[in-house]
Amino acid sequence: MAIRDLFQSELRVVNLGLPMFKQSLDRCGVPAIDVDWRPPVEVDAQALAAVTAAAAVIERANEKAIQAILNGRPFLIGMAQARDVIPGMTPETILHAGPPITWERMCGPMRGGVIGALLYEGMAATPEEAERLAASGAIRFAPCHGHQAAGPMAGIVSSSMPVFIVCNEDRGNLAYATINEGLGKVLRYGAYGPEITARLRWMEQSLYPALARAIKRLGRIDLKNLIAQALHMGDEVHNRNRAATSLLFRQLAPAIVRGEPDAEQAAQVLEFLNGNDHFFLNLSMAASKATLDAARGHAGSSIVVAMARNGADFGIQLAGTGDAWFTGPAPVPDALYFPGFTRDDANPDIGDSAITETNGLGGFAIAASPAIVQFVGGTASDALRYTRRMYEITAAENNVYQIPALDFRGTPTGIDVRKVIERNILPVIDTGVAHKKAGIGQVGAGIVAAPVKPFEAALLGLARAVAPCPAQETL
Amino acid sequence: MTVQGEIRTGLYFDSVTLMLVGRDLLAIEHVADAAAVMATRENKAILRASGLWTGPFERAGDTDLILAVKAETAAAAAAALAAAAGRLQQARTRRETGEQQLPASIESAVRALPGANVALISIAGRYAAEPARQALEAGLHVMLFSDNVPLDSEIALKRLARQKGLLLMGPDCGTAILDGVPLAFANAVNRGDIGIVAAAGTGLQEVSSVLSNQGAGVSQAIGTGGRDVKREVGGIMFLEALAALRDDPGTRVIVLISKPPHETVLRRIGEAVAGMPKPVIAAFLGADEDTVRQYGMIPAATLEEAALMAAAISQGRRAEDVRQFLEARRRGIREEAARFTGSGKYIRGLFSGGTFCAEAQLIFRTLGVDNVYSNVPLAPFAPLADVWKSQGHTLIDLGDDAFTVGRPHPMIDYALRNRRILEEAGDPETAVILLDVVLGYGSHPDPAGELVPVIAAAPKRVAFVCSITGTPQDPQDRGRVETALAAAGVRVFPSNAAAAEFAARIAGARGAR
Repeated sequence: MAIRDLFQSELRVVNLGLPMFKQSLDRCGVPAIDVDWRPPVEVDAQALAAVTAAAAVIERANEKAIQAILNGRPFLIGMAQARDVIPGMTPETILHAGPPITWERMCGPMRGGVIGALLYEGMAATPEEAERLAASGAIRFAPCHGHQAAGPMAGIVSSSMPVFIVCNEDRGNLAYATINEGLGKVLRYGAYGPEITARLRWMEQSLYPALARAIKRLGRIDLKNLIAQALHMGDEVHNRNRAATSLLFRQLAPAIVRGEPDAEQAAQVLEFLNGNDHFFLNLSMAASKATLDAARGHAGSSIVVAMARNGADFGIQLAGTGDAWFTGPAPVPDALYFPGFTRDDANPDIGDSAITETNGLGGFAIAASPAIVQFVGGTASDALRYTRRMYEITAAENNVYQIPALDFRGTPTGIDVRKVIERNILPVIDTGVAHKKAGIGQVGAGIVAAPVKPFEAALLGLARAVAPCPAQETL
Repeated sequence: MTVQGEIRTGLYFDSVTLMLVGRDLLAIEHVADAAAVMATRENKAILRASGLWTGPFERAGDTDLILAVKAETAAAAAAALAAAAGRLQQARTRRETGEQQLPASIESAVRALPGANVALISIAGRYAAEPARQALEAGLHVMLFSDNVPLDSEIALKRLARQKGLLLMGPDCGTAILDGVPLAFANAVNRGDIGIVAAAGTGLQEVSSVLSNQGAGVSQAIGTGGRDVKREVGGIMFLEALAALRDDPGTRVIVLISKPPHETVLRRIGEAVAGMPKPVIAAFLGADEDTVRQYGMIPAATLEEAALMAAAISQGRRAEDVRQFLEARRRGIREEAARFTGSGKYIRGLFSGGTFCAEAQLIFRTLGVDNVYSNVPLAPFAPLADVWKSQGHTLIDLGDDAFTVGRPHPMIDYALRNRRILEEAGDPETAVILLDVVLGYGSHPDPAGELVPVIAAAPKRVAFVCSITGTPQDPQDRGRVETALAAAGVRVFPSNAAAAEFAARIAGARGAR
């Protein structure tokens, strides 16, 4: 609006700073809005300048990355054992949640999960033997994220474990996730021993074949559609998967029964699904992983394609900086603790499940899931506030995932690390909390902010990626 | 005495809210000193210097909030900290209640307020350029109230604004009136056909108030920030605003207000005025009148004169009438000053408006008063050895950085000036205490309530002289303020120029004795 036109218009004012100026405008009856401004995260000024200077390049790359995310079409297409499908998977490989980590630095639950997996694989006869093997260097530890997979909590995947195969039909890329074992003494919280081995064995020998047959019979299951429906039914598909699990159950049940000659076997499989409200979580993660992996490789993009924790470090990856991890210490969540547990019992944040937030779900979609906020002591309007806040740091609104309470506005999607730094607003993650001792299980849940360090590091990494190459010296 | 503190991570409040919280803490029993500040390097230095330091503050950073209390007992300190937490919570809730959620960026604000056309930015200067740029990119005009914005940022922002055909008012722009709406520190003035461009905020307030009190009115009043007319910025916004007023059918008379622009800028202004079909009155305080006249502008020696002439032209009266009126009043002031019988020797001018302090010095200089000191001296006057202590005739700008670090502006918070008034009144050498009272939006809601008790507490031999900048439509109501001050024995003048002239005449008479 040219200055001349301003003189002919009614004033409408954005007030950023002293609230008293807006109060004066209110008195004059002038429409005005306050901005809840806060100082940006302090980062290296040169890096910030490099990123600002490269704005056009970054915007172009982001547009492509965002298109890839919005166009993602994840389908559940089948199941297989990890060694047969996950690229680079060997009998000696154990995948884990979060950025890379050595055995020495692994937290209790992750070590427990590794021990449990080695016992399950028959590579060790006792927990002590498993520990020695894990420490010996004979086992290759690698992040799930580097192998097209994502795992909740400890995120342990070993070669015999059955995995879901999710195909992003937009780009044809695949993602993998194990079957969720349920709550309590389970491998992902670091439990190991005969009981755990027996359950994993049952999952491999009974559950997996039944599920695989059912999926084959159905052809494929549209996960994006299912998640979109679940959001309308009170899930955010990170910490609440009740609706999504039910929807999946409705699709699978007839196919499971038809494919399973023994009625008791079929009943056991159905009971297992029905008994675990989080059964869908691993699929929600695989769907998110398949979607976000398609956004990788756009040089200069500042869009986050992974947020993951290994119980020691919190790491993120950007669409425009290749496989680099940007990390900082994983915080101990300020959560609501179950009766009998306190913050002292909590393990630092762990799990790949923040891939859901990265994909515009979980904490970013929590306005769709007021029950979760109530569960951790908040109100329905808190839930709206969390989601609204996330629009400040994202590049897009989802074209399929919607929030009914926000008049079906698309969920905030595609975290832009530049906005995180500039607006000093950190991604909100709707997370479970593991006991720091292996095998005890979940001790709390909460809505927590991601730590700032990984984002500072990512901005510096982005600055290096977009900085013009220093001129080659000619001899 | 014990010092206790608290660090709140990730909490941000604007400086005025924090200062008000700090002031409330001081009112708590057994509390000796207190502060609520963001943990910037500067603020941390202030805390250290004022003995409000505790070790843990070391690790607090720019985005952390520090609460610090010095109290007689640990219990009192703890109680004060709890009270501060409560006050901050209140401030937070007031801004964000129930379902209402404030946007956190210009981008979302524009989404939340469709058709937004102006961004008013008043955050700390070193952060202000980026949101200002974003506002311009979003097509909004910007009023940048913040000071301490780097010069190169100002130039870049103004170039961007010019390219987009937008206003970038400021930085350090305290006042504007657009489409009849007062922005930041501005007065409720009549709407009319007088357009104003000002590189001096209180100057704009004075001119718009005086002409409004004459029955004339303002079409648009645009602030540019004081640096705009310096060589480096080159008058980018001054010229843009002037061109906009030239093209504005609602503007028939134009007033320009500034300290003397750099000669290159003055030339460019002159070129712009040359083809101007509307009369242009220039109050370039301290500039050579002949030069101004050569460039086709009507020079005004004071803000008041500029306002009176603009009102006269707007109302179809002759400029000559204004000269006659001022001449007559000059005689009246001289006679009244000659009758002045108070004791003491010196004038002590305590100004909340920087432009008023400068204008008063010009008048003292013109009337040949010497032995004048200031914290912001105009040649030939000398700087004060210690800004906290007056010497000779002293004219102080209390809005200067030396006084406002960690404190609200003296137009909002009278505490500092009130203390200084009592100090000056206790000095047997003080004859007259000269004050300005600035009304309008943003300013203190009850200046008479602040000043009257202080004046009553001062020794009767000291005379109080004061100007009021503002209108009867202002939230404070000029008439009410004037009546209250007059009843307290203050000699109230309608303009800063008149009050300063009266004081200068008294000074002259004292000096001659």
